[in-house]
Amino acid sequence: MDLTAVTSQLLVGLSRAMILFIVTAGLSFVLGVLRVPNVFHGSLYMLGAFVAWTVAARLGEGPGSLWAALLLAPLVVAAVGLVIERTLLARLYQREHLMLILFTFGVMLVLNDLVKLTWGPDYRSVVPPPALQGAVVVAGVAVPRYNLFLLAVGPVVAAALWLFTHRTRVGKIARAAAVDREMVAVLGIDVSRVFALAFLVGCYLAGLGGALVAPTTSITLGMDHTIIIEAFLIVTIGGLGNIWGALVGSLLFGITQSVGLLVWPQFAIVFPYLAVVLVLLVRPTGLLRSVW
Amino acid sequence: MVTVAPPRAPAVRRPAAWLVAAAVVLAAPAVLPPFYVYLGALVLVMGLLAASLNLVLGYGGLYQFHHGVFYGVGAYALALTITRLGWPAWVGILLGPLAAAAAGWAIGVFCVRLTRLYFGMLQISLGSLLWAVALRWYPVTGGDNGIHGIPLPAPLQTLSGAYVFIAVTAGLAFGALWCIVRSPFGATLQAIRDNPQRCQVVGIDVRAHQLLAIVLAAGFAGLAGVLYVVLERSVFPTMLFWVLSLEIFVMCLLGGWFTFSGPLVGAALIVVLRAFAGRHTEYWTLILGTILILLIFFMPEGVMGFVGERLRAHGRGAVGRRSAGPAAGRGTPAAVVAEGDGAADPGAGREAATPPAADDAGGTEVARG
Repeated sequence: MDLTAVTSQLLVGLSRAMILFIVTAGLSFVLGVLRVPNVFHGSLYMLGAFVAWTVAARLGEGPGSLWAALLLAPLVVAAVGLVIERTLLARLYQREHLMLILFTFGVMLVLNDLVKLTWGPDYRSVVPPPALQGAVVVAGVAVPRYNLFLLAVGPVVAAALWLFTHRTRVGKIARAAAVDREMVAVLGIDVSRVFALAFLVGCYLAGLGGALVAPTTSITLGMDHTIIIEAFLIVTIGGLGNIWGALVGSLLFGITQSVGLLVWPQFAIVFPYLAVVLVLLVRPTGLLRSVW
Repeated sequence: MVTVAPPRAPAVRRPAAWLVAAAVVLAAPAVLPPFYVYLGALVLVMGLLAASLNLVLGYGGLYQFHHGVFYGVGAYALALTITRLGWPAWVGILLGPLAAAAAGWAIGVFCVRLTRLYFGMLQISLGSLLWAVALRWYPVTGGDNGIHGIPLPAPLQTLSGAYVFIAVTAGLAFGALWCIVRSPFGATLQAIRDNPQRCQVVGIDVRAHQLLAIVLAAGFAGLAGVLYVVLERSVFPTMLFWVLSLEIFVMCLLGGWFTFSGPLVGAALIVVLRAFAGRHTEYWTLILGTILILLIFFMPEGVMGFVGERLRAHGRGAVGRRSAGPAAGRGTPAAVVAEGDGAADPGAGREAATPPAADDAGGTEVARG
């Protein structure tokens, strides 16, 4: 096995981990602040990819079309999420987790068919913007420019999320609500609005992940099923509600998948699940501290 | 024919009624068109699967998130015994539930160390391992295509033959499940669900009971998988995918997962609805999702309020040392004040922050119960 193959495979795995991180960070944030295990988070990711395709297709071949898609799709997804939160989910916060899981599963089923109704069952694909096409040679290894772009976006999102939760007033309130929502409410803060905003941020991240993944994969129904289970497992091994845990878990997931592809391609899909199982057996409540 | 009637239990007062019911069920293939016979068999298969989940979910109070895995293991065990080993089908039919029970033990022994969401997530990851193997091990499992056209012995090749076999087996299995629920073991299991701490203190091995429940439930799920193969003669990896597991959950919820017959009713409703909706639309999951959302919104007190209270009791015991008093109206500012004396408990802050806090529904249930 030559070194360049290993390096390029690991870089692909890392950029995949960045997508996983962006999606998982949204799931983890919602889980931490709202305590809602949001099963339709994966559907929002799929929706983001389909909306990105539509925007890119409408704008045609122009160099700005994918940039516009990356900008617009997450906003559309966040709006959809906000509507669901305000009309339905907000009435259910007092229910226990099992009910919330089943409710969000119900929304996932509905969204799945709505996407099918809107876009049909065909595979779609999006071309990266011209500036990100092709590959650059880094240390003798050809790396697709788009993957390098993803590797840059991941840390930017992580930093932005950290700034939001630690440096803005509303972010701090959201973190406080994650620890003790009653206390926050007693202080005269409208927790309901904080929840809506937190959910909006979570959905935005799901949509962003979907839009970012669009040029690297075929956009299809069913992409929600895979991502959501991966995201839930990553959140669990990272520590529920812990954003850095989401990053660690995503890296573990992405890298073990790359290693699997190098070692035993046929069973590559088994490796990340194996890693998750091992982590859960050693540290059942996750690698980093859970906010629960 | 008589054997279909479930074994005598305290609540079975009229054996004659059971005999009539058994006769009606078994006479169905002679009267009904094949489509309905097929549908009836599918209802029994999915009903058994849902009832087996209910043993751990409703009676055990465990977050069994990936029950579908055991169904898949049972089905694959039969399929592989026949097609890969070339052994007689009857061996496979016996091996199916045993393999599923073994998988239940292997997964359960790790899961029972955890509680609630963590229990569920570990189970999903372990189950997903099996799913991934079934999906990728092409030479053995047929990969994502699965295995189709599994040869069965002559008596099971006709629809009516398969139906009778499924009806008799499922009937016996329901009887066995009923006996388990009514046995001292079943009573202990329900006691553990309601108050694990107290059970631990009086000397019950909580984890051993939960593990046995998982193994038994997995065995019955494996039997359902075997029956599915008898009916359809094919297996595919979707049987081990987590989406199916949540659908079984929905069946239990729809019928009422705190009752013995609820899961069967829920499974029947969903199987029949899907069959008829499938004739008119390809958007079945839209219908199922809408039903699920409506159910959660408009039947909160009925089936679910009751179960929720039970599961909450389970969860409360698992997380904190809070005494199991009726926790009314938590989640509101007033409730925080009302809970002032709870502040002395170091676990109270964490506990109060969790949303499963009882709402007014829980309060009324406690009052009523």
